[in-house]
Amino acid sequence: MSNMKTNLAVAGAVAAALTATMTAPAHAQAKEKCYGVSLAGKNDCAAGPGTTCAGTSTVDYQGNAWTLVDAGTCAEIELPNMADGTPRQGSLEELDRDLPA
Amino acid sequence: MIVDQTTFRAALLSPEAERPIGLSDGEGQPAGRRFDVYRNNVAVSLTEALETAFPVIRKLVGETNFKLLAGAFLRQHPPSSPLMMFYGAEMPRFLAAFEPTKSLGYLPDVARLELAIRESYHAADAAPIEPTALQTTPPDKLMASTLSLAPALRLVRSPWPVFALWQFNMAGGPKPEANAEDVLVVRTEYDPEPVLLPPGGGAFIETLLSGAALSEAISAASRDAQDFDLSHLLTILIGRNAITAIGESP
Repeated sequence: MSNMKTNLAVAGAVAAALTATMTAPAHAQAKEKCYGVSLAGKNDCAAGPGTTCAGTSTVDYQGNAWTLVDAGTCAEIELPNMADGTPRQGSLEELDRDLPA
Repeated sequence: MIVDQTTFRAALLSPEAERPIGLSDGEGQPAGRRFDVYRNNVAVSLTEALETAFPVIRKLVGETNFKLLAGAFLRQHPPSSPLMMFYGAEMPRFLAAFEPTKSLGYLPDVARLELAIRESYHAADAAPIEPTALQTTPPDKLMASTLSLAPALRLVRSPWPVFALWQFNMAGGPKPEANAEDVLVVRTEYDPEPVLLPPGGGAFIETLLSGAALSEAISAASRDAQDFDLSHLLTILIGRNAITAIGESP
């Protein structure tokens, strides 16, 4: 492609993108960031850990085996082998970890 | 007698270890059981931090398995910073090496996506360019320019359907199919959002992030995918407030 044609293509892409963005429905209202209004357990932000300092009353979980009863959604997902031969969908193998004495 | 920090720390992270000798409470009495409470709370708090940090990994392996995984992780990778918001950066490598999870090839990349979303949340603000600046810059100059992208933008490229896995677990999306997916994490306003990139999009963004000119990013994307659609990519970037400057190529 000649430079001229490339430039035309880029100008066209820019114009199309601007049109697409302009015609997209505008945000009804700019959102405002608000703090401390989420209900407990309903904190819908993606801030991650470190946002609470609640004490804890549960117990450090000690165990030596994965439980297949509670195997999570990975058991539902089947993905074929990848080109490099990485095995497909995981069987959860037993966690071989020493139990506390 | 005073317990040295190394002994204290070692006992803290190993539930089977002896309580350090020499701890006393405010009354001067031995404080062994208090240490047990403290040791338990350290492990439980870090487990909870990891549960908050990796909700998709937790759903994928299941709650009980996640607690086992977290227990092993926190002992191999105790926090190196008091800022819990960044805890867990080593998770992708950990999942790839951890015996029970290493057969799940996609887990490390899902963890990378979860980390990227969290990083995006905490990244600095930046004002986007006025979109018309792309039009007022002459095409040949634009092609030779660099595009600076927002500090909150993250790119996760994967041979696995990481976006579909995320959607399936977090947004009720359909069951993932085996596709390689490149995901862009953007923060249009205040909350980060993962966006699935069209073919060539990963190569395009990666090249822009390296500081190369727009023309090079277009070439890289076209090499990666013949049907690369520049206007689609620009629509994503403009609409998500992701372009922060048009710069001179070095």
